[in-house]
Amino acid sequence: MKRSNIAFWVGAAVFLVAIFVMTQVVGNQYPFFAGYVILQFIALAVAWSILGGYAGYVNFGTSAFFGVGVYTAVFLTKAFEAPLLVQIVTAAVIGALMGFALGLLTLRMQGIFFSIATIALTIIIETTVMNWRFVGGAAGIQIARPPATPPFDNYVQMLFFVQALLVVLAVAISRYIQNSWIGRGLQALKDDELAAECTGVPTLRLKLLACVISGALLCAIGAPSAMYLQFANPDSAFNLNYSVSTLAMSLIGGTSHWSGPIIGAILLGTTQQLLTVTISSEVNVLVLGIMLVLFVVGAPEGIIGLVRKLRGNRKEGGT
Amino acid sequence: MDLLLDAVVIGVLLGCFYGAVSIGLSVSFGLLDVPHVAHPAFLVLASYGVYIINEHYGIDPLVAGLLITPLFFVLGLVAYRLYYETFEKRGTDAGVRGIAFFFGVAFIIEVLIIMQFGVDQRSVTATYIGKSWRIADMRIPYRMLVAFAVAAALTIVLTLYLSRTFMGRAIRAVAQDQEALRLMGVNPIKVKQWAFGIATAVLGIAGALLIIVAPVEPTLDRAYIGRTFCVVVMAGLGSMSGTIVAAIILGVAESIVLTSFGASWAPAISFAMLLGVLAVRPQGLFGRRS
Repeated sequence: MKRSNIAFWVGAAVFLVAIFVMTQVVGNQYPFFAGYVILQFIALAVAWSILGGYAGYVNFGTSAFFGVGVYTAVFLTKAFEAPLLVQIVTAAVIGALMGFALGLLTLRMQGIFFSIATIALTIIIETTVMNWRFVGGAAGIQIARPPATPPFDNYVQMLFFVQALLVVLAVAISRYIQNSWIGRGLQALKDDELAAECTGVPTLRLKLLACVISGALLCAIGAPSAMYLQFANPDSAFNLNYSVSTLAMSLIGGTSHWSGPIIGAILLGTTQQLLTVTISSEVNVLVLGIMLVLFVVGAPEGIIGLVRKLRGNRKEGGT
Repeated sequence: MDLLLDAVVIGVLLGCFYGAVSIGLSVSFGLLDVPHVAHPAFLVLASYGVYIINEHYGIDPLVAGLLITPLFFVLGLVAYRLYYETFEKRGTDAGVRGIAFFFGVAFIIEVLIIMQFGVDQRSVTATYIGKSWRIADMRIPYRMLVAFAVAAALTIVLTLYLSRTFMGRAIRAVAQDQEALRLMGVNPIKVKQWAFGIATAVLGIAGALLIIVAPVEPTLDRAYIGRTFCVVVMAGLGSMSGTIVAAIILGVAESIVLTSFGASWAPAISFAMLLGVLAVRPQGLFGRRS
């Protein structure tokens, strides 16, 4: 094992232990409510950038995957009272299938047309769910939480820990992809798909793989949200805000390195949480819009790109 | 049968209205390749502009729409300049970053409208709103007829402009071959900026139609992302007459689904058609590119 690998896993373990200790020690519920949302956005941004960042296929369908995750959980709870783990795993499987379908779409369309198609998919799935009476239709549905599993004495604390596990999983996968042949292949097809294909990069297989992994993660991340809110309705589960927030977080952090989306999500997610509490949820959408525009215009490579540039300049100055 | 005929007639009228709100995008996205997802947000913004004028001065919404077109023309000039300086000039993946940029702009417009007017629906008053025309067994609302007439006029004017005037031809030329235009001694960026200005100015009148046809709310633009892009892509990127035909197809499809399956399926129609067109015939029905 390389040293950076050891450092990464030690870091992940410390993070999980810290989260676990927090759930056992902190009595106040609010940090878990707010923290859950931030963790969820970190996981979403990391999962999104596997396809959107490495492969350069900008997916505006984050809310489609997220919403399907939510409704998988709703359906399983209502029909079988399935436990949380089953909900998450099933959501991941469905997300993988959806990702595969999305991957096939990339055969016919690229660039902006792919992005528009993903928005279209979101609305079509949302409308279907809206017309599905069993899961509550357009009005939404209430879900009762089962008692928490020990050692957690509260369900929100448990969800908080579960989401932290999903974050570690997403980051580990994203980091593995970046450092392996998959990441290099995706990088090649991002730069020039035709050239990559000509030099023997299996572009279709790579795209499908990226779509399946990204889709499975996005869906799995959505699943616990049903229990977190104890309520689901199509309007909020498939809200376009998830797509744009996730995209904005990845772009703000920078998509060239696995840590970019984490930085972006922490920055934007925390700011939004603070604004929602102190001012209003409208202002937090405004901030989202402004940050997105500022970064896309001013720092196209995100914070990671800015830091690299600063470092590069310093090196040049030194030598 | 009567019900179907009803649905088709209303669908055609509705389709012409969709044509009017999409025709600007047909220029900006269809001809200029700008991924203008904030187009529907600009449209809603125009509706609120018309609302203010109508509310304060009691001016007819269509006249109010004409009054704000110069403002929107300038807005278009500025927006394109900004887009060009930050994306097209730098090259690489302008489309993808552009779409993120315009989504940001759309969100900002949405929130600013909410902060100013709240989330309530707003509507305008005019003599032709609320009454309908009885013909045989049908009732056709006058506001739909107004929308139909204005949409038809708008399409004809814009088609003539693009085919008969010097600037219009230059706009179509820049869409075909920017470099050739540059060799002729014309600055393609100026032409594109002008075209984007026109595309945005048209939204003044389209926005008036939007608020005449139904009350508007700040987040209405999201429903129109699907409709406008569906129409423009189906029309085949940049064909004006194609835009109106595609819009009528969408209008009739929506109207038939509405009467036979209910309103809850309506939002998916435009997106399903869009997806179908993208997957089966990406060049659209009247495509300019092979």
